[in-house]
Order: sequence, then C-alpha cells, then structure tokens
Amino acid sequence: MWFHNLQELRHSASLANKVFIQRDYSEGTTCKFQTKFPSELETRIERSLFEDTVKTLNNYYAEAEKIGGQSYLEGCLACATAYLIFLCMETRYEKVLKKIAKYIQEQNEKIYAPRGLLITDPIERGMRVIEISIYEDRGSSGSSSSSSSVSGSTTR
Amino acid sequence: MSAVMITRKVRKWEKLPGKNTFCCDGRVMMARQKGVFYLTLFLIVGTCALFFAFECPYLAVHLSPAIPVFAAVLFLFVMAMLLRTSFSDPGVLPRALPDEATFIEMEIEAANGNVPPGQRAPPRIRNVQINNQIVKLKYCYTCKIFRPPRASHCSICDNCVDRFDHHCPWVGNCVGKRNYRYFYLFTLSLSLLTIYIFTFDIVHVAMRSVVSGFLNTLKETPGTYPFYICFILLVCFFTLWSVVGLTGFHTYLISLNQTTNEDIKGSWSGKNRVQNPYSHKNIIKNCCEHPVLCLQKTTAPLIPNEHTPDEAKASAVSAAEKSHSPKEEQPPTAKLPPLASPETDAETSIAKDKPH
Repeated sequence: MWFHNLQELRHSASLANKVFIQRDYSEGTTCKFQTKFPSELETRIERSLFEDTVKTLNNYYAEAEKIGGQSYLEGCLACATAYLIFLCMETRYEKVLKKIAKYIQEQNEKIYAPRGLLITDPIERGMRVIEISIYEDRGSSGSSSSSSSVSGSTTR
Repeated sequence: MSAVMITRKVRKWEKLPGKNTFCCDGRVMMARQKGVFYLTLFLIVGTCALFFAFECPYLAVHLSPAIPVFAAVLFLFVMAMLLRTSFSDPGVLPRALPDEATFIEMEIEAANGNVPPGQRAPPRIRNVQINNQIVKLKYCYTCKIFRPPRASHCSICDNCVDRFDHHCPWVGNCVGKRNYRYFYLFTLSLSLLTIYIFTFDIVHVAMRSVVSGFLNTLKETPGTYPFYICFILLVCFFTLWSVVGLTGFHTYLISLNQTTNEDIKGSWSGKNRVQNPYSHKNIIKNCCEHPVLCLQKTTAPLIPNEHTPDEAKASAVSAAEKSHSPKEEQPPTAKLPPLASPETDAETSIAKDKPH
C-alpha cells in the first residue's frame, strides 16, 4: 500500500509501539543520547542509519552547549543590556535548536517515515528521551518491512 | 473519520499540570503564592522611590548629578533581573505521557522481578555513571519519570525542575537551570544597589550635619524627612545582611558547582565521602565553565504560548502538502506535551490541520 505523503501515514497507519532512547550521562549532564540500537527497531531500520541520526543529534547538542569565545561574548553583551537584547536577537543555542528541528523533520521525511517510523524532537520531552513511534499499516497484520512500504515522497 | 471541529486552539500552558499561574497568554509563569513577591517589589521600589525623591536632589546638587543617574541604572537592572527570574520558566520538566509512563513501569517491573506479596517493592532507582561515579536517579511518582541528575521535584509548584536550586518565595518562583543566571545577577545587583543607597544615605545625613549640626538637620528638614531617611536606613541595613550574605553563599556554590538543594541535603559532603561528579575540582574552572552562568538557555523551555504538540506534529507530518511549514511560525524551543492521551492524535490532527 503506497502512501503519498506523511499525512497519509497517520491516517492509515496505527501506532503500534514506541521506543525511548535514553540519555547518556557518562560524560556529565551535557545533552547526549545513547547510540545503543533498540531491539524493536531491528526489523525496521538499518542500524547504521539509526546510529548516524543519533550521533548527528549528539553533535548538534554538543555544538549548542559549547562554551567558547563566542558564548562568553554573547553572555557579556546580554548581561550589559540586562538581557533585553534577546528581544531582538536569538541565542546561539536557539539557533542550533532550530537546526535540530529541521534536521529531525528532514530525517523523518526521508528515512523514517518510509519505514513507518516517526522521531519526536527530544525537546518535546524535556530533553530526556528521543521518542520513536512505530506505526503499523492498518490493513496488514505482519510487520515485515516489505509490507508497509510507505513512500516519503511529498506532494505539493 | 469524524469531523471534530476545534473552535479554539488550546495553548500548551493551559494544559500544564502543576501549580503554576500564567499571565499574558502564557508568557509569564509564576508559582501560586505571590504575596512575598509583592512585598519584595514594594520594598525595592518603595525604598528607591524615597531615595530618588528625598536624597537625590541634595546629592545631585552638592556632590554630583551622576549619583542619581547611576542609581537609576542600577535600579532598572535590579528590576529587570527580578522580573526575569520571577516570570520565566525555571526549567520545568514535562511529565511523561501515558506511553512513556507505561514503558518506564514495565522496565521497573522487569528490573525488580517478582516481589512476594506482603513485601514492599524496592525503591525505584536507576543507577547511571557520571564521570566514573555512580549517581542514583530517583523516580518521581508525580511526574512518572526518572529524574535527570540534579533535577528535583518542587512540592510548592508540583513540578520537576531541572538543576533545581530552591524555591524562592521572594521572587515567587522556583530557581532552576533556566533562571539561575538571572537570580544570581538579581542578588548581586541588589547587593550593590543596597550598599550604594546605604552609603549615600549616610553621606547625605553626614553632609547636612556638617553644615548645620546633626540635631539641627533633623529639625530643619521638613517633618517627614527623618522618617523616610530612617526607613531607608532600616531597610538597607537588613537587606544588606541578608542579600549580601545570599550573594556570597551563591558565589560559593558556583565555585564548587553545587546547587542549594545539594548543599542542604549534603549530597556531596560529609559522611558519604562521595565527591561531586560535576565539579572540575578547580575554582576558576568551575566559575568559567559554569553550565548555567555561561550558557544561554540550556534546557527545554515550555514556551507556553505554543499550541499543543499534536498540531506541531501534524503540521510537521503534513509539511509536505503545504507550501509553507507552520512549524516555522512557531519558536523552535519549548514543546510541552499535553495530558491528552496520544490515541486522539489521528482525529485531532485532522481537525486541527489547518494553516493558522
């Protein structure tokens, strides 16, 4: 059954299960997620694709939380203006969060939705987990990857 | 597919559990009890108003006009920091949605195994390793999550707050990861303002006394002058000891990379001999790389005036068939899941799936 866009995925597929990728605290409280491949996704997606997604997200978060010359400058400038400057300017962290949201949307469209999966931006869960929703095609009973061939192609 | 017509878009903050009050369409987030916060406002604004009205004219003329100008700048900074601390989200962690709560419950049951009837279940704890040290994460029965390291549940606001410092009644809000910076700057600038006003209050009285004698000063100035001067001196004196002390205490905490909560509980000191895994063991490094002072907005804010994430998800999913993505109109930070169960995703997303 072909789905022409992601919306049809939601209309015709039903939520079967959710996997929660936990945080990796080994290096402290900086935002990092475990790259361990969950068993529920074994039949759905290639391990390398999943690991790539999580590693890229981890890199984005590390970039956002990086302390360096630019963040000090931004901090000092903000403090000097009693943080009013953020009424017109966006913090570096917010800029990276926008990039992350765009990346996740892109990954969903290109890689995850065609496999009947959907990644939720961790910010919606307070940065505690990456929630991956697993959808089943309502018509079919099996969950093998060939049965729910969902096309991520978009119709505009 | 039934057409469920939603006539009003529900804002995320309206569905937020917990005992917070919201104003300005969710842009302002405070605790419920605000009485002490109004007292703080009254004391600061009142004292400064008296200072500007009764002391600045004399000081501006006899010493320098820069004195009231600098006082005004400092006062505005203090107010900005106070309002920022009081009105912003301290770093509230969204509660687990039913799916996640069930998943965690299953994990706990799997870990604990079969508990014989009559016996109490073991405490729900998850061990994580941070910088080669085992840290125990506790389970929050209200929020149904394992609290991230350094998070704690505030019983007054009924929320789990990330990097929870303390609940401050003087600012009417919790102090956590997102507003600790503003809280620290508030106490610091208030200390400076108090010292400044106190000093010039004394200078003012001293100057008048030199000119006409101390007792004559009290007599010659209009009837209520001494009352106001005494009021300012009194307020400043008590504020000095409390606020300057508090600033000193927080500077100490920053140098050790600790929170008030950890300090009070003695998490990293005393009998356990357990060391603070977050500290760099170097004061300068702790101050310079302080995760809250040095970074901007490092946790998911609520941005309470966003729409519920069903809309955000539906719009992300249907971004394909619209020429513009509604997601771009929303600030990318802060998504709080509503308490509504996710099974209604499909229906509500159809109904809400309109460009706005």
